[in-house]
Amino acid sequence: MDLLQTIVAHYNHWIIIFLMVSGLYIVVARGNMIKKLVGLGLFQTSVYLLYLSPGKILGGTPPILSPQFSVYSNPLPHVLILTAIVVGVATLALGLALVVRINEAFGTIEEDEIFAGEEDE
Amino acid sequence: MKLDVIFRVTAKILIPFALVFALYVQFHGDFGPGGGFQAGVVAAAMIIFYAIIFGLEAAQKVFPPRLVELMVPAGIAIFAGVGVISMLLGENYLNYSPFAANPALGQEYGIILVEIGVLVTVSGTMVAIFYSFAGRGR
Amino acid sequence: MVLLTLLAAITIGIVRLRNLFAVVVLGGIYSFLMASVMIVLDAVDVAMTEASVGAGISTVLMLGVLSLTKTQETEPVHTPLLPVFVAVATGAVLVFGTFALPPFGAADTPVNLHVAPYYLENSIRDTLVPNVVTSVLASYRGFDTLGEVVVVFTAGIAVLMLLKGKRDIKPGPKRRRVHR
Repeated sequence: MDLLQTIVAHYNHWIIIFLMVSGLYIVVARGNMIKKLVGLGLFQTSVYLLYLSPGKILGGTPPILSPQFSVYSNPLPHVLILTAIVVGVATLALGLALVVRINEAFGTIEEDEIFAGEEDE
Repeated sequence: MKLDVIFRVTAKILIPFALVFALYVQFHGDFGPGGGFQAGVVAAAMIIFYAIIFGLEAAQKVFPPRLVELMVPAGIAIFAGVGVISMLLGENYLNYSPFAANPALGQEYGIILVEIGVLVTVSGTMVAIFYSFAGRGR
Repeated sequence: MVLLTLLAAITIGIVRLRNLFAVVVLGGIYSFLMASVMIVLDAVDVAMTEASVGAGISTVLMLGVLSLTKTQETEPVHTPLLPVFVAVATGAVLVFGTFALPPFGAADTPVNLHVAPYYLENSIRDTLVPNVVTSVLASYRGFDTLGEVVVVFTAGIAVLMLLKGKRDIKPGPKRRRVHR
């Protein structure tokens, strides 16, 4: 019973950590630039969840005030993450723009091939 | 090219309603989920949809790149300008209380103005980014 | 919990697949699932943003870049042992850290006792706006939001700088490269 309670209380944290670690693994292990950006996105979304999940209160409603409800979830993480998502897509676009320019300059988006091409000269 | 008649008809039906929905999200953001960021992204997504279906030239005829690039700094100008106006009215930067006789009502007006600034910058930036990626393809 | 498990399953797919097109489409599905999880977590505004940004705009941008580059990832030349070790070690440390965190959904955690009750109690009085997220975003923390909008602006300008000019890189003697 105790074990089950622990699992329920921390399941969201463990999933967040799994997502974060997967993102980290992709960024470190894969040489493809677009795959690296997807990995960064995974890492980023895990941080969104990390912010949002402590703000949830069991039995609470979304923080839109109404006389019928009295318990609301915490609005502050929502504000922070809302802006972070839009900023995240803007920076993702910046990364993709860099990938496009790298592809034009080197003809590839694989890290190893770029390094090999540099050593040949 | 015959097959994309479905896309064209769907897009023509969908896009006006989705743009109106973006405006709803924008101005209903005080009472339900929504606000400048979401509305800006929804509007930009519709313009991108239009560009994908009808081609980049058609979209750039409706929303010329110059206008879109002008929107990027214009939104920040609106946002920062609201703050400057509130300073000129004798309050702190971005404190909207003096915009109306009732301070709380002034706050509400200020929020609406600021959200318009956010809408303009976010939608302008997203469409400008898409135009520059799409223009690179040819 | 089911949604979170599905998220983890899709993540495994993203990690294992080598076809970048499939990875990007899975990323879109991932974003929609993430939006559903956010609705469960009561963050309706955030869910709306994630659905339109994550599944809409960023998928389109990724596909656009894929059309300019290759869609197939090459086989890695290094063994993945070291990254796996780094990832597993980091994960183990973080999991160990979670046992000190408050359980999910508790109302009396420090996060929920600091400034959030003030916003919830005074939003109507101060701004007449019932959606607390909007009032915090635009009024209480308007300066933060101004900063975020400036970041979006800066990123947009940087993308325009990188991609707007004519394609001036030609293969030939004038081509510049970094020499080591």
